[in-house]
Amino acid sequence: MDAQAPILIVGAGQAGVQIGESLRQEGYEGELLLIGNELHPPYQRPPLSKKWLIEPGAHTALALRGADSLRRRRIDLRLDTHVSAIDRAASTLQLASGERLAYSGLAFATGALARALPLPGAALGEVLSLRSINDSAAISAAIRRCAAEQRPVVVIGGGFIGLEVAASARKLGAEVTVLEGLPRLMSRVTAPIVSEAFERLHRSHGVELVFGAQVTGLAGSGGRVEAVRTADGREHAAGCVVVGIGVVPDDRLAAAAGLACDRGIIVDDCARTSDASIVAAGDCTARRLADGRLLRLESVQNAIEQAKSAAAALMGRERPFRAAPWFWSDQYDIKLQMVGLSHGYDQVVTRGDLQKPAFSAFYFQSRRLIAVDSLNRIQDHMQSKRLLDHGLSPTPEQVADAQFELQSLLKDAKLATADGA
Amino acid sequence: MPQVTYIEPDGRVRTLQVDAGSSVMRAAVDAGIDGIEAQCGGNCACATCHCYVQDPWLDKLPPPSDDEALMLSNVAAERRPNSRLSCQLVVEPALDGLTVELPDRQS
Repeated sequence: MDAQAPILIVGAGQAGVQIGESLRQEGYEGELLLIGNELHPPYQRPPLSKKWLIEPGAHTALALRGADSLRRRRIDLRLDTHVSAIDRAASTLQLASGERLAYSGLAFATGALARALPLPGAALGEVLSLRSINDSAAISAAIRRCAAEQRPVVVIGGGFIGLEVAASARKLGAEVTVLEGLPRLMSRVTAPIVSEAFERLHRSHGVELVFGAQVTGLAGSGGRVEAVRTADGREHAAGCVVVGIGVVPDDRLAAAAGLACDRGIIVDDCARTSDASIVAAGDCTARRLADGRLLRLESVQNAIEQAKSAAAALMGRERPFRAAPWFWSDQYDIKLQMVGLSHGYDQVVTRGDLQKPAFSAFYFQSRRLIAVDSLNRIQDHMQSKRLLDHGLSPTPEQVADAQFELQSLLKDAKLATADGA
Repeated sequence: MPQVTYIEPDGRVRTLQVDAGSSVMRAAVDAGIDGIEAQCGGNCACATCHCYVQDPWLDKLPPPSDDEALMLSNVAAERRPNSRLSCQLVVEPALDGLTVELPDRQS
């Protein structure tokens, strides 16, 4: 390996940019090249299903960093550049253009791809999925056309992306149908009580929700989609279809290079791959937990924290990422903030007003707090995040008691800030 | 164009010319100021753009919204009376000279 060669970061999204910045903070002085396969400089993805869909604006408003920022940190950026292979033995990377780049360190931040609908008609026009800035612009335009032509927008999938798109489409004045295969919304990540609050919310905004919908195909004419068929024989009229059925971690390059992958590049909690000299961060990873399970997280926090771990690992240091995962979603006037992982819970206790809604669902496993979903309850979210990060747990009875102050547990552990609140 | 001065966690001081209407956070991440993470991109959802507003500017700013006040209650670094979230501070001509100090940790 050529020690003078640059560190190469494949993928110029949230994780890739953070690896570069953190390498500088870790004291790396050598050359640094960030390689992106899109045309646009690094940008934020979360707004693409929210604000941006309603009001697409200048690309600069979505930028993760300004050009000055990358310059100041001496991070070179190559856009519209496709990597075709990695040669680990030679420590080189091959570009689609044929160019070969030597590296002294390598990081994968290749993100994820929208899961494709493996059904007849999925290639029809106006069948769209959301991942990139261009996808968002296309969906925004399609929704506007549907609103103008009074044809419904059909969303396949009642998860975060599907529901955020549904909320945005209603704001743009389109009729919206959401087809969900399971009996409730966001069932993979939330308790029924949270799903029900979102069902009420979407129905009150005029969204048609169809549960247990097994999509069998899409029909159209003139190359353009006109309906979505479900197994019960129904045809749901569609001016456009947005497919929001999850993502597939993009581990193709890493897998081809012989790194251990299992629906994601397998990393430890220091972001090291099965080749300890190569790191990976963000949506492209599957993190091996202490109990052997693989954890796949798609979030900004995960991208940033794993990227910090990855940069430290490239410098030969261990900086494990063990903080409680957190996520957020905006739908209409509801801010949903989630912290922890609720999988495996055996008790849910709520706090607040379920009808308004302004409440939190606290998930317990054997009486220990493991996760909290908050709807317009910022204080619950912030306090729970601190509790979970520090391994503290209220009892279910304390959570059920509206008079009990969660902050008091932080104060007892001397974690509360001076003025509490 | 109003000037905003940032004191980075290691004590370095940088002054930026900031477009009126931009946020103190946005200008900082565009220019590569150290000490702001802004994980949620300015949605008042993460409290990782915490800053300390230096005298005499605190009183010249609109007070925090309820959401911001709640987020500030559990920032990662020490909360002080002059703590604010920089994504919620919109730069305007009257704030020319605004100075903020950035904490050593945001998450």
